[in-house]
Amino acid sequence: MSENLREQLLLLPAYFQGHLLLTLAAITMGVLISVPLGVWAEQSVRVKRPLLAVVSIVQTFPSLAILALVVALLGGRIGFLPAFIALTLYSMLPIVRNTVTGLESVSASVVEAARGIGMSPHQILREVKLPLAMPVIVAGIRTAMVWTVGLATLSTLVGATSFGNYIFTGIQTRNLVAVTVGSLASAALAVGLDGLIAAIQWLLEKRNEAVDSARLRSIRRSVYTAIAVIICIVLYGLLPQPRADFIVAGKPFTEQYIMVGLLAAELEEAGFKVEQRLGLGSDVVFEAVSNGTVDLYVEYTGTIWSSYMNQQGNPGREAIRTGVIDYLERQGVVTLGFTGFQNRYALAMRRDRAEELGIASIEDLVPLAGGLSAGADLEFFGRSEWLRLRDLYNMDFSNKLTFDPSLMYTAVVEGQVDLISAYTTDGRVAAFDLVLLEDPRNALLAYDAMLLASDAAAANPAFVQAVDSIIDRISDVAMRQANRLVDVDGESVNAAIEYLRPRLRSN
Amino acid sequence: MIELRNVQKSYDGGATLAVADTSVVVERGEFLGLIGASGCGKTTTLKMINRLEEPSSGEILVNGRNVLGQNPELLRRNIGYVFQGIGLFPHRSVAENVAAVPHLLQWEPDKIQARCEQCMELVGLPFAEYGQRSPSQLSGGQQQRVGVARALAAKPEVVLMDEPFGALDPITRSELQEEFKGIQRSMDLTVVMVTHDMTEALLLADRIAVMREGVVLQIGTPYELLHNPQHDYVREIVAMPRQRAKRLEELMRDE
Repeated sequence: MSENLREQLLLLPAYFQGHLLLTLAAITMGVLISVPLGVWAEQSVRVKRPLLAVVSIVQTFPSLAILALVVALLGGRIGFLPAFIALTLYSMLPIVRNTVTGLESVSASVVEAARGIGMSPHQILREVKLPLAMPVIVAGIRTAMVWTVGLATLSTLVGATSFGNYIFTGIQTRNLVAVTVGSLASAALAVGLDGLIAAIQWLLEKRNEAVDSARLRSIRRSVYTAIAVIICIVLYGLLPQPRADFIVAGKPFTEQYIMVGLLAAELEEAGFKVEQRLGLGSDVVFEAVSNGTVDLYVEYTGTIWSSYMNQQGNPGREAIRTGVIDYLERQGVVTLGFTGFQNRYALAMRRDRAEELGIASIEDLVPLAGGLSAGADLEFFGRSEWLRLRDLYNMDFSNKLTFDPSLMYTAVVEGQVDLISAYTTDGRVAAFDLVLLEDPRNALLAYDAMLLASDAAAANPAFVQAVDSIIDRISDVAMRQANRLVDVDGESVNAAIEYLRPRLRSN
Repeated sequence: MIELRNVQKSYDGGATLAVADTSVVVERGEFLGLIGASGCGKTTTLKMINRLEEPSSGEILVNGRNVLGQNPELLRRNIGYVFQGIGLFPHRSVAENVAAVPHLLQWEPDKIQARCEQCMELVGLPFAEYGQRSPSQLSGGQQQRVGVARALAAKPEVVLMDEPFGALDPITRSELQEEFKGIQRSMDLTVVMVTHDMTEALLLADRIAVMREGVVLQIGTPYELLHNPQHDYVREIVAMPRQRAKRLEELMRDE
């Protein structure tokens, strides 16, 4: 536990910096865009209605969808930029709305007086309306700030570093310490930045008062210190970082976290500087390796076959391999080779339940399916494999539930569902003593894990040499055990990596 | 001096007239009271003088120059204005409020400071004591004193007042009325003041214009209005203060 905590805390500076930079950049841009928009809207009803409608609609979009859309609009670009744009869009509503409300609430008699003494519209705005509206505008900025700090955790999914790295990795690898550290850090940052803005506002309000109390001085000192620290962190973040030679990425589940770490370790041993991008969305990471933003990741043949090639049939393991390699070549993605293990879908049941019902293969399920409930990960029921399974066996379950993968196993173990769409290398299959059902009609696809590389990386012989150690060296059993260490035994991802590494070199 | 020539104002393209064909001359150093019921067009007439409202037709001259040919902001900076709602800037100190117009006119800081002290002294609020206070720390009467000081700060020759003392309690009101009358005389200000209080108009104004439904019924000195009203409405509202005084006298005798 304490070793785990220490490991997590070592990551804190990098995640904190990423989160802070992202939040501050988005809020700054949000203010720069939203305050002028609010001023414009307050002056013209024709602008106000549609503008408030648009920013409200943006706000009602699920935040993950906004992130995904921005990535798509940027042509699959991942990292800081899409996260920054999405968070900026999200910060706009409270700032625009409060700017409009604040300006509207300035007393009409004060505005008339300003006109009457000969202020120009611009002077009225700058010297009277904006200063008087400022407390309301700042309240809007504070709301936006708190939202943005929270939402920034999601930017992990598009490859930007944030406290979300803790949270997503933690959820997927059942590391509650990581989840807790990430959540607390995010909350503390939100409270801290909110307090900082409140303190700055308070100081600005008091600046004209001659009194110089001890409290005022101490708050001023704290604010200056906080600002100085933030400026240092921002400047440090803006310094040209030693560029990584290669970027290794992965999707958000345990096996991928392990494989990213393993690949990075091998590359680092060969003397390369490696940057890890953990927990990216499936589409995001494939797009990224195609356009060269990511250099290396582990993908599965079945995923390419069904999701990218949109193939409906199942011609068998070897045919899929060949088809996928051809397809990838046309996409400008290089297949360096197969790792040796296969992580495919399989229907799984608790052993006692399977024996009770007398089920060993999907065939046996057919007469019973109408009375059974099935759990799956978020995508399974949307995949062509499920449709093929349903059609080939001509069956459907009475109840279909979707879960986060880590919760799906708990659901079947606790009997909330009768069967699940398990992954064959998942450590929990063995740990929970689940039975993987035979698939005699070949409905489910093969999912051979393979190393995909960007054109640029694959052109580097030393790179190819460095990751060659992984090709065909990891068995289903070894991978399942590595996954089990993390998912079941509560070991760290590093422990799983250390478990696999010696096996790459033994016979 | 101020001259209105055949000024009309309509808010609905001419269907109804808020101010109908009005011609008035206010001489230099004269104090004109504009009186009438709510909605009679007196405030609109006042606001057209510094172009807070634009006339639909006619000409308005201030010191011989047509206001419609001038930049409205520059025009307003040269005309003092005391507002009905006082309208002090709540985020500025009393001194900053008083200095607002000289500041807009980009006077030298030393000159602004000196003038600010002078004007505050004039309205009975010593700079040293009140200058750094916020308007919210002052009473209503003190706030309107600041309002008057602000109107006078840039040494205007013309001051417009829109029911300036309406919101004050009777004692404060009569104090301020008297003080202002004194300031007006000593500085030889040309003043147009809108009011619906006939007593106030009679006490302060050199001449009074009585308005009803956008039309000036009669313009004259208090004496002329009292002794030679040319309209029933004028007779009625001029008689009112006197009737009230009589009634008060009776009440006191009965005691």
